[in-house]
Amino acid sequence: MNIKRAFRVWQRHLTVYTKLYKSSFALNFAEPILYLTAMGLGLGAFVRDIKGMPYINYIAPGIIASSSMFAAIYECTYGTYVRIVFQKTFDAILATPVGIDDLIAGEMIWGASKSILYGTTIIIVISLFGLVESPFIVLAIPLLFISGLIFAEISLIVVAKVPGIDSFNYFYTLVMTPMFLFSGIFFPLDGMPPIVEKIAFFTPLYHLVNICRAFAMGRLAAPLTDIVWIIVVAMVLAPYPFRLMRRHILK
Amino acid sequence: MAIVVARRLVKDYGSFRAVDSIDFEISEGEFFGFLGPNGAGKTSVMRVIYCFMPPTAGDVKVLGLSVVEKPDLIKSRIGVMPQENNLDPDLTVIENLIVYARYFDIPVKVSRPRAWELLDFVELREKADVKIEQLSGGMKHRLLLARSLINNPELLILDEPTTGLDPRSRHSVWDKLNHLKAKGTTLVLTTHYMEEAERLCDRVAIMDAGKIIAIDTPANLMAAHGGNLEDVYLKLTGRKLAGGTA
Repeated sequence: MNIKRAFRVWQRHLTVYTKLYKSSFALNFAEPILYLTAMGLGLGAFVRDIKGMPYINYIAPGIIASSSMFAAIYECTYGTYVRIVFQKTFDAILATPVGIDDLIAGEMIWGASKSILYGTTIIIVISLFGLVESPFIVLAIPLLFISGLIFAEISLIVVAKVPGIDSFNYFYTLVMTPMFLFSGIFFPLDGMPPIVEKIAFFTPLYHLVNICRAFAMGRLAAPLTDIVWIIVVAMVLAPYPFRLMRRHILK
Repeated sequence: MAIVVARRLVKDYGSFRAVDSIDFEISEGEFFGFLGPNGAGKTSVMRVIYCFMPPTAGDVKVLGLSVVEKPDLIKSRIGVMPQENNLDPDLTVIENLIVYARYFDIPVKVSRPRAWELLDFVELREKADVKIEQLSGGMKHRLLLARSLINNPELLILDEPTTGLDPRSRHSVWDKLNHLKAKGTTLVLTTHYMEEAERLCDRVAIMDAGKIIAIDTPANLMAAHGGNLEDVYLKLTGRKLAGGTA
């Protein structure tokens, strides 16, 4: 893998994105804000403080995490699939000095970059609404890149394995949505049967939520295990998208 | 000097043998054609030459470099015009060329004037800022040709460059290819149009079921077997060539 050539792929995606962002950005951005207002204000009016904070303040940092997850997953499932199958972008790029490994690395880094972009946007918005206590929340930004890599890696593995575009719905419904609901964004998992938290421990979103919430409260040391978890998992998963995509594309 | 040398080239997909131990050499400045019906193995040979995928077995050298060991070096010096349109639909005509040039590490300072030059060559200057979907089929083919030339390739690979085009657009592409040959570019194309091979190619390899069954100049093939290349194919395989003549 050649990082400069991976950057060329990333650069292509950025060029296309800057042309189209007006339509896609507004949509992706609207959804987290809808959750925040509907749950935070609507449901929050009936919910007592959680761990000493108003409900909307409790969920706000979790929305950073979920928004960055959705951005990377949609980009590297649906987006990558369209580039491979409908637009044949992979075929075009692979006829240049860019190789398959450079291309997959470019997809992953782009997915992680979108995680940063969407997560950071939410950080700015919830900070403007006064829902974040501590400026240390900015330290979450580099970690959004690491967790973004995990979401991108999982997504590319799914793309390499599924028979068609409709199969993504299984992944969204059976993996992404449960992760979103049971990662501690909307309620503390310690109120659930212990098995829920045990399962959540094996999902990246749970750890990212812990990190965002701790940083938003200015507790820097608290999420140490979570930080180690996402770094280790990002590294352990890394070889698989390359291996499976090589097989998938060059079949 | 030989630009492409293949020895006992084999390409398998699972248990299916698409290319069955073929040998050929393509010389500098030559216009070489692979002729045969769909499924004969032409595209697989092309994909090995332009380093899209490695051969299953055999030895293939392009510009003196092994396709297995130096694919990126080879790819930086050749151009590929694909069979299917794979232009970037979200970008304009000129952006397609400039973004593609970046994959070759060609800086915008160089690629922008080069892109305009190529748009003149394929007669698309006035379409520079148009989206891809607004181009006709013939225009897309010409833009694909322009894109394949962005790095000044020494070898140009054309996978069915005129399939699906009307006769006028086809002649327009042929003119461009003849012009490139006159400039000294080595060209390799695949086609199932006999007329295309007869008009353009110095030599052709006739492929059937993964093997090369004849390799010579169109004139020699026709003299040896009689009739046109269509008849040559019929005589060698006992079958008619699917797709027919142009």
